[in-house]
Amino acid sequence: MALLEANDIHTFYGAIHALKGITVTVDKGEIVTLIGANGAGKTTILNTISGILHPRQGTITLDGEPIHELPAHSIVTRGVSQSPEGRRVFGRLSVAENLEMGAFTRKDKEGIKRDLEHVYELFPRLKERRKQLAGTLSGGEQQMLAMGRALMASPRLLLLDEPSMGLAPILVDLIFDTIKEINAEGVTVLLVEQNALMALSIAHRAYVLETGSIVLSGTGQELLDDPEVMKAYLGMD
Amino acid sequence: MKSASKFSWMTPVTTGLIGGVVALFLSLVGIVEASLGRYVITGILSMGQVFLLAVYAIFAVQAAQKATPEHGEKAPVYRTLACAAIAGLMISIVLALLVVVGEQIDLRGVFIHATPVLYDLLTFGLGVPQGIFVLLGFGLLMGILFGVLVLLPKALRKSIGVGLIAVPVLSVTYSALFAGRGLQLPVAIAVFVISAVAIFLWDRFEKPIRTRSQALPSGQQRTMRLGVWVLAGLFVLALPLLGSYPSEVLVITGIFVLMGLGLNIVVGYAGLLDLGYVAFFAIGAYVMAIFTSPEITWFPIHTSFWVALPFAVLTAMLAGAILGIPVLNMRGDYLAIVTLGFGEIIRLVALSDWLKPLIGGSNGITQIPKPTTFGLAFDNPQKLYYIVVIGCVIAAFIATRLKYSRLGRNWMAIREDEDVAQAMGIDLVRNKLLAFATGAALSGLAGAIFASKLTSIYPHSFNLLVSINVLAVIIVGGLGSIPGVIIGAVALVGLPELLREFAEYRLLVYGAVLVFMMLRRPEGLLPEARRKLELHEMSPDVAE
Ligand SMILES: Nc1ncnc2c1ncn2[C@@H]1O[C@H](COP(=O)(O)OP(=O)(O)OP(=O)(O)O)[C@@H](O)[C@H]1O
Ligand SMILES: [Mg+2]
Repeated sequence: MALLEANDIHTFYGAIHALKGITVTVDKGEIVTLIGANGAGKTTILNTISGILHPRQGTITLDGEPIHELPAHSIVTRGVSQSPEGRRVFGRLSVAENLEMGAFTRKDKEGIKRDLEHVYELFPRLKERRKQLAGTLSGGEQQMLAMGRALMASPRLLLLDEPSMGLAPILVDLIFDTIKEINAEGVTVLLVEQNALMALSIAHRAYVLETGSIVLSGTGQELLDDPEVMKAYLGMD
Repeated sequence: MKSASKFSWMTPVTTGLIGGVVALFLSLVGIVEASLGRYVITGILSMGQVFLLAVYAIFAVQAAQKATPEHGEKAPVYRTLACAAIAGLMISIVLALLVVVGEQIDLRGVFIHATPVLYDLLTFGLGVPQGIFVLLGFGLLMGILFGVLVLLPKALRKSIGVGLIAVPVLSVTYSALFAGRGLQLPVAIAVFVISAVAIFLWDRFEKPIRTRSQALPSGQQRTMRLGVWVLAGLFVLALPLLGSYPSEVLVITGIFVLMGLGLNIVVGYAGLLDLGYVAFFAIGAYVMAIFTSPEITWFPIHTSFWVALPFAVLTAMLAGAILGIPVLNMRGDYLAIVTLGFGEIIRLVALSDWLKPLIGGSNGITQIPKPTTFGLAFDNPQKLYYIVVIGCVIAAFIATRLKYSRLGRNWMAIREDEDVAQAMGIDLVRNKLLAFATGAALSGLAGAIFASKLTSIYPHSFNLLVSINVLAVIIVGGLGSIPGVIIGAVALVGLPELLREFAEYRLLVYGAVLVFMMLRRPEGLLPEARRKLELHEMSPDVAE
């Protein structure tokens, strides 16, 4: 059964109809990616899933249970966590405190400690800088922190919004390797990316989004082979 | 960071001109004149003259320091002195111009304080032209003196500086408290010498004493720390011995500390800019009045201060939570505007004809009894002070505990980024309402004490200015910092209360202090460690 099923979702910003009937499924253990131009509605989809926004129409289920009416803070407790777009770390908290915030809803002290160690293993840079204020980290480090913080919730489903934005190529590789690693450890990933080539190459399946609607879907490889996609998102003829 | 800059002789000139403008401003708004009657050194030096001297000191020192450009080579001695002298001279030139122009044209049509008394003061009683030369010479002299001060070794410089500041501060405090006429010259000299020597010794021996005490076994260290706390406690408890008027000032300061601690939770911890904070102060006061005043006949319960107190606090708390609900989704400036409106609504409701039969409208409520315990009446400021102190201690305790609690952490996360905080699993509704309610409760407590202190309350006591004052207190003290609230209240409420003749300049000084703070010390006087770090040491590595 699908872990996450979003069915015919319509989300509005006031009068702006941002999502016009989106249907997306994510199966357990998958990496699914959403690609699309700026303003297509990718962030809106993630925020609607995580409960920061609520759909006006449509349903979202997690393991068969509806979650689209729940407030964001109770969706986290069900195992969905998000690394928001644009490295929104808590600037005035230290790295370690940010990571602790990620485990906010958890009670298992042992598990939290284990996961903290694990995040430090994935991102040794964060360990070196654990006492530094997050606002003073470099862009790339903040991105690592945002991902690490999302992982601290010990999610079943991890929502990543443009984790490679503005990073040097070598860091982009590191981030994508880490995503694969996290996925191999059993975390299901829904990934929003501008870097379509990289995203499609690690994704099991992908959706292409255009102004609030899904226009294409398939396996990562299929979309990589699609000349339309190539042209529109990868800039190749 | 500024890059290494070259020295230019224009720097001391502009520094001096700015100083001149400040001196001119102080003279023309009347601050200098108003404080002529207040002596710092009896019969010799008035407060107004001290203000002008302070301008010379500040800007001459600035100019002397700027003789060495940032990241540049150390300036030669002659240049430092020359810069200070130029600045001093510039200040005098500006003041001299005022006198010369003022003698020709009557400026009083525009500046009512441009009086002969002022000119007389500025020309040392010698008049034009002799006085002008003396004024210019005086500026040069002051510049050179403060230039020399800058050149002295650091320890000596600090001692003299502290000594110079100690004299007026002590003198003014003394005069304000005991209606004195300043310090006698020998006393002033003694104060200068003692404080200079004390600072010198302290700087010399503080480190070794500290290291030695840190080497002590932890048990003894704890005893020592306990000792310090006990001494501080005794000091606080002994303050009313100063007399009735000082205690009155302390009570008012304490009421602002209480409100500051509460608003600090809302604004400092949770980042919710609340400009209607006075509403809860008013609610606390009115509930206290309704419960205790014999004037209120429609209310079934008549009781004492102590029974009414929890009701006042709870009602304010409830009002805080209720106000919180409509503004849950508002941020920043919108929140500020709506809460501001709420504060005004409460005041206007209290003032309205509609509620006049119940709470007296503009006549307010009078005959509120003072607190009594076991027949002991807290009927003077000295006794009331203790109630305020107890309130402040409880509030400070709560604020400290909350700060380091899980709730405090939640608030901090919300302050940083609401959306992300929510996505981390923080319940925005609950946590925001708790912040509003806790803050309101402390404000209500302050209001209740305020009501029984004054024994009568009127709607006009609860205007917007109170909210602004409290906000200024916590910003100047250091947003989020608990000791900061106390310092802020002493500086912005206690001191002005002591210096009554400056009452009309209060807002002016507030404005100046706020602008200065935002430019020079945006983190406040006693900032939270975290905020200091953020604003001053953005360099990596240390965040403890
Ligand atoms: N708070 C908001 N209020 C109004 N409109 C919004 C808001 N946030 C997003 N939108 C609009 O909704 C649409 C989808 O935005 P969204 O942020 O989901 O795009 P995106 O696909 O994530 O783009 P990008 O790749 O640039 O991040 C855009 O047209 C955007 O202007
Ligand atoms: Mg986006």
